[in-house]
Amino acid sequence: MANDKLKADSVDPWWVRWLLIGATVGFMVFLLVLPLGVIFWEAIRKGWGVYVKALTDRSARNAIMLSLVAAGISVPLNFLFGLAAAWATTKYTFPGKSLLISMIDLPFAISPIIAGLMYVLVFGLQGWLGATLASWGIQVIFAVPGVVLATIFVTFPFVARELIPLMQEQGSEEEWAAISLGASGWQTFLKVTLPNIKWAILYGVLLCNARAMGEFGAVSVVSSNIRGRTNTIPLQIDALYNDYNTAAAFALASILATLGIITLIAKTLLEQKIERQNGQEEST
Amino acid sequence: MSVEVRGVSKTYGSFTALRDINLKIETGELVALLGPSGSGKTTLLRIIAGMDTPDAPAAEGAIADRADGSILFFGEDVATMSVGQRRVGFVFQHYALFKHMTVFDNIAFGLRVRPKSSRPSQSEITDRVHRLLKLIQLEGFGQRFPMQLSGGQRQRVALARALAIEPRILLLDEPFGALDAKVRQSLREWLRRLHEEMHTTTVLVTHDQEEALEVADRVVVMNQAKIEQVGSPAEVFHHPASEFVIDFLGNVNVFHGRIAGGDFQPGPLSANLPQLQSVGANATKIYVRPHEMKIARSKEDADAIEATVERINRAGVNAKIHLQTNQNDQVRVDLPLDQLDALALEIGERVYFKPIQARVFAPDYTI
Amino acid sequence: MRTSKASRRRPQLPGWGLTFGFTIFYLSIVVLIPLLALFLKSITMDWSEFVATMSHPRVLAAIRLTFGASFLAALINVVFGSITAWSLIRYRFPLRKLLDALVDLPFAMPTAVSGIALATIYSHTGLVGSNLFPLGIKTANSGLGVLIALIFIGFPFVVRTLQPAIEDLDHEMEQAAASLGATRFQTVMKVTIPSLLPAILTGFTLAFARALGEYGSVIFIAGNLPMKTEIASLLIVSRLDENDVAGASAIAFVLLTATLFILLLIQAIGWYFNRRTGRQT
Repeated sequence: MANDKLKADSVDPWWVRWLLIGATVGFMVFLLVLPLGVIFWEAIRKGWGVYVKALTDRSARNAIMLSLVAAGISVPLNFLFGLAAAWATTKYTFPGKSLLISMIDLPFAISPIIAGLMYVLVFGLQGWLGATLASWGIQVIFAVPGVVLATIFVTFPFVARELIPLMQEQGSEEEWAAISLGASGWQTFLKVTLPNIKWAILYGVLLCNARAMGEFGAVSVVSSNIRGRTNTIPLQIDALYNDYNTAAAFALASILATLGIITLIAKTLLEQKIERQNGQEEST
Repeated sequence: MSVEVRGVSKTYGSFTALRDINLKIETGELVALLGPSGSGKTTLLRIIAGMDTPDAPAAEGAIADRADGSILFFGEDVATMSVGQRRVGFVFQHYALFKHMTVFDNIAFGLRVRPKSSRPSQSEITDRVHRLLKLIQLEGFGQRFPMQLSGGQRQRVALARALAIEPRILLLDEPFGALDAKVRQSLREWLRRLHEEMHTTTVLVTHDQEEALEVADRVVVMNQAKIEQVGSPAEVFHHPASEFVIDFLGNVNVFHGRIAGGDFQPGPLSANLPQLQSVGANATKIYVRPHEMKIARSKEDADAIEATVERINRAGVNAKIHLQTNQNDQVRVDLPLDQLDALALEIGERVYFKPIQARVFAPDYTI
Repeated sequence: MRTSKASRRRPQLPGWGLTFGFTIFYLSIVVLIPLLALFLKSITMDWSEFVATMSHPRVLAAIRLTFGASFLAALINVVFGSITAWSLIRYRFPLRKLLDALVDLPFAMPTAVSGIALATIYSHTGLVGSNLFPLGIKTANSGLGVLIALIFIGFPFVVRTLQPAIEDLDHEMEQAAASLGATRFQTVMKVTIPSLLPAILTGFTLAFARALGEYGSVIFIAGNLPMKTEIASLLIVSRLDENDVAGASAIAFVLLTATLFILLLIQAIGWYFNRRTGRQT
């Protein structure tokens, strides 16, 4: 840590330093802390009674339920995908590998509204599959399956993005050692690979979940916004706010905000853990 | 015999890693594959292990009665066997220990992943692991994690892990490459003693000639995808079969000159001393080991060569005397310390040296 | 005994078929096929219809607003994001670690939540808005409101892209410049900032691309007045509500192509600088 002494502490004049720090703190408090504070303030302002009622009212409960369902389906699926994609792209070489990895990142780049639109095009009544599915009695758009699909899309890359760089760094030597000792593919994966990536998995799943519960744009396109029917929590927030029912809106918002904060805390802790784990292996 | 390599070749794109390698390894012997980087030694090891496959034999030129490009374990072709099926114990250069498992679990791994039918019982596994821990002198370290061990300790654990599955063949890929010189030395001796106790057929890849010469029963010297020579350490050192071998193993003085007469034979040089003759059409290199030189204050032999003493290094078993000839060639002569003291040489002195033994290698002619 | 060609292939770790197959399958269903649907829909659209949609004044206004505000927001984020990244990496001050974690807040927070929070603060009755509206500064129901929201969501991109680059800076380079007589200002201008340029550009384009498609954080504070404060993504939703799927697709196509183009730009920047300096962005 002697390098710390060499850092710009000694190179930038003190007044520059404090000016920049001041600008940083000011900007961040203004931009970030303020909104965070407002959420909780507005939620609680009208009293605990209103707060609890807002959370237990029927449409709120339905919204929470739907959000949980959407997250409950999309997170495990994307988790499995993340594992498969990370294994396929880090343990083998094949042409088009970096193209594949970039494609996995696509949902990040695409606006959630456009994502919703894409699903309408495929599953809407005028869409490719919509008519066929309707004849089987399955409704996707403006119904729960659509919400789940849209959620899957926007949270698609999270687990894979965490695992791929980590597994690339770790290499395949341990896996080959296990194979040479007679382990099967599954044994190798479960006993050797998984334990080495467990923290990254946890973090990816947490991020995936937070985003799944909080997704707004894509879901609003594919659902019908009928309160109590196909509203997720964010959609419910939207509806309440537009109805000038701010206290209730912020009450629900506070749940998601808390989830966001928990995710941030977990992220900081897990990143430290992952760093420490990698750093220890590299020494000697 | 344990392992037979028949006509194995391997190319990666335009790079040839192995060219028609034929090798037989006897049961219970410790063979070292020695050579510089790029010589193909690691590629050969990995092909034996099953982590890489030899090239298919070329259609034309394949000799009918030879199964080209095959590896046999105890007479059985293993081409269709995967790594796990070949029962080889592979020790990686960087250990590849399972960092999240204890030392005990690492060593037990190969036994625990066996299918139920062939898996030893819990108590048997515990027994075996403890015996191995004792063998590698790490008793009591069972519950530690690889992160808590030194490099040398980790390497021993990697070895124990490979031995646990009772492999037919042990394959070591530059096992001591990543360690300090002193640790390397003691591990080398330890490996040799271990081998004498267990007698597992072992193939060791290394670029360190001292290691190969000290540890192996036989040394396979490799260079640029081919085998230069196979023999006991004494054989390859004292009777090198090619220029590469004598240059790679130990120190050697190289003289450029010409040979008169039609005979090429290792033996005392005649009056055709290189420096006295011009480099002509039959120019060749004459190799003389530093300890195979005579050195004197006066020109005792008619064909001794004149030189000046540049530097004397007394650190070591022998003294190393660096001379510079009048033609500005650098020559090194090794003398036991007592002989040096008897001569009482000093820097700047003029001396005369003459090879006692010299070697010339005839180039291969193809007809 | 000749062995079959199949066994001559280089041995791989097991699991290739399963993992690659599933990856491609899932990727296609979730991402590629829907994406294909959008492209096909847009391409098969009648050209005159496409032009008519895109040249509608409301659409043009939305596009102008979206691109303009996103660009400006990304620019502002570059300035403040660089300062923030620099302070967080180079200096030590109380609560530094806390602030570092907070940088990711816009990323971790659901867009609707950020949206209503921002709207509340900057509305004319809000904490900040009530002080600025009387001064004639409309921070809600205006382009300024859109800008504020886009700054909010783009902030982490710039900071997180710059931080590793600043960490990687060769401190000795700066010391060398100082030892050669350069003032601190000169060193920063001539040595530090040029070294950080690739990261700055990458952060800018990431923030820009993200802002283009943003929806939830913006619509609450924007007021959504057509022709005035309506962003492109909202317009797409409006068109969909009117059942004008073709119109919505047209706008979406333009937006998507712009975003992908910008992302390719990032790759190109990174590749270009990699070749020149041998360093990763």
